[in-house]
Amino acid sequence: MVTQRQVRLFWRPLAHLACALPLIYLLLELAEVGGLRLGANPQLAIRDFLGEWGLRLLLVTLAMTPLRWITGTPWPLQYRRLLGLWSFAYLALHFVTYFLLDRSLDLPVIIEDIVKRPFITIGFLAVVLLIPLAVTSTAGWRRRLGARWLTLHRLVYPIAILGCWHFYWLVKKDVREPLIYCGILAVLLGFRVWQARRRAAMT
Amino acid sequence: MLIRKPTDIKPSDITAESVFLNRRTLLRSAGFLGASTLLPQAHAADEEIPAKYKRLTGVRPSPLSTKDAPNRFDEISGYNNFYEFGTDKADPAAESGRFRPQPWKVKIDGEAGITGTFDYDSIVKPHALEERIYRFRCVEAWSMVIPWVGIPLGEVLKRYNPTSKARYVAFETVVRPAEMPGQKYPILDWPYVEGLTMAEAMHPLTLLVVGVYGVELPNQNGAPLRLIVPWKYGFKSIKSLVRISFREKQPPTTWNISAPDEYGFYANVNPAVDHPRWSQASERRVSSGVGSLFASRQPTLPFNGYAAQVASLYKGLDLARNF
Repeated sequence: MVTQRQVRLFWRPLAHLACALPLIYLLLELAEVGGLRLGANPQLAIRDFLGEWGLRLLLVTLAMTPLRWITGTPWPLQYRRLLGLWSFAYLALHFVTYFLLDRSLDLPVIIEDIVKRPFITIGFLAVVLLIPLAVTSTAGWRRRLGARWLTLHRLVYPIAILGCWHFYWLVKKDVREPLIYCGILAVLLGFRVWQARRRAAMT
Repeated sequence: MLIRKPTDIKPSDITAESVFLNRRTLLRSAGFLGASTLLPQAHAADEEIPAKYKRLTGVRPSPLSTKDAPNRFDEISGYNNFYEFGTDKADPAAESGRFRPQPWKVKIDGEAGITGTFDYDSIVKPHALEERIYRFRCVEAWSMVIPWVGIPLGEVLKRYNPTSKARYVAFETVVRPAEMPGQKYPILDWPYVEGLTMAEAMHPLTLLVVGVYGVELPNQNGAPLRLIVPWKYGFKSIKSLVRISFREKQPPTTWNISAPDEYGFYANVNPAVDHPRWSQASERRVSSGVGSLFASRQPTLPFNGYAAQVASLYKGLDLARNF
């Protein structure tokens, strides 16, 4: 049996470290340590790396609730907020990279991108919608919002759909990788639908 | 935060200074001396080119070269779109080791007096090799400057006596799934096919390329023989050529088959005509290393900066519709 003390002093720091690993790897690539390189197009390499890890962590976050049902223990829920916040961190940095490195703060061009390019529109929307979730992720906000907190945080479902859709849409031709993300998301959301139906049938 | 404006980042800020200075000096001397075999070797001396790539001899500089500073060899040979080897930019370099570019044969057929299957030497050897430093603009809005080695395609084509019926030239890439792992998946319709109008194919800028930086083409760059049409998006410049056909009708082209609303037959670089999903108004000049991290994009030029030479080919053609 894992105690709360062990979670606080060992498991949670370990989870933080695991989430930080891609970022550390990126910094090592930037510093060109040990033969690591970002390649010929570093701006896009950073942008895409952050976006992919943000999306992966978002899917891992969404896997915690099904994992609780499968394992029958509540421990996965103790990591849900942590994972969600790391996902937000990566996706926010993903957007900042686009804004700062790829587009060099050229505001008219960025606005044109967001308005005119549907895959950027939905990606931008996904990151913006994540902000209130990140802000209200604290225990204080949860208490204050009461039942509305859960409703608000269900936004994560459309956000995840937008994220996967954004990935699918931006790929030039080879959609195999985005389809894997879409497939995982479909399973994770399907699990919830199935659970809700089962629960409804039982009552 | 203070971010410097794009315009004060000169190529000299990005390229290693020694490479930059040396190139200018050599270009200048080559200009004064006329034909010289010094130039390609000079690039190679500044660049770290793996010894496995065979040096090409008798390469002459060309007045058609751009003055822009070339990208590094590792950038040119490490960041590629060559779906036959995989769709990631690093795949072609990583996955093309099994590819055997020699011996090589090309089938030349269609509306021409001389047709048949010809080996590499019989196609390339009758011509003097030239170094052409060209801008290269990918449809994905990144660009490079590349010192190709090749021969004007038109001079090669003339030797096969195209007939008056030959209005287009069609090209085809080799199919070897055992050596080209990307061809195991139907991402595109294999073989990759491309085409040009006869006037485009005969234009002096259009190059049949055999090398880069004074050495033979790396597999990932389309060894042993590829096309370079510098005023068109990169996907027109078909790689690892095995067939050239003179045609009366416009030939099908791979990306146009794949997504006709996104990629046209002409595919001329045009900042005024956006790709349906992204803007073509600007481009990122590929440059590795942390030093260029804050470099901004640069405006894309009509016909990739070759408008003075090629715009007349398209007189009367609506370029927005014929993209």
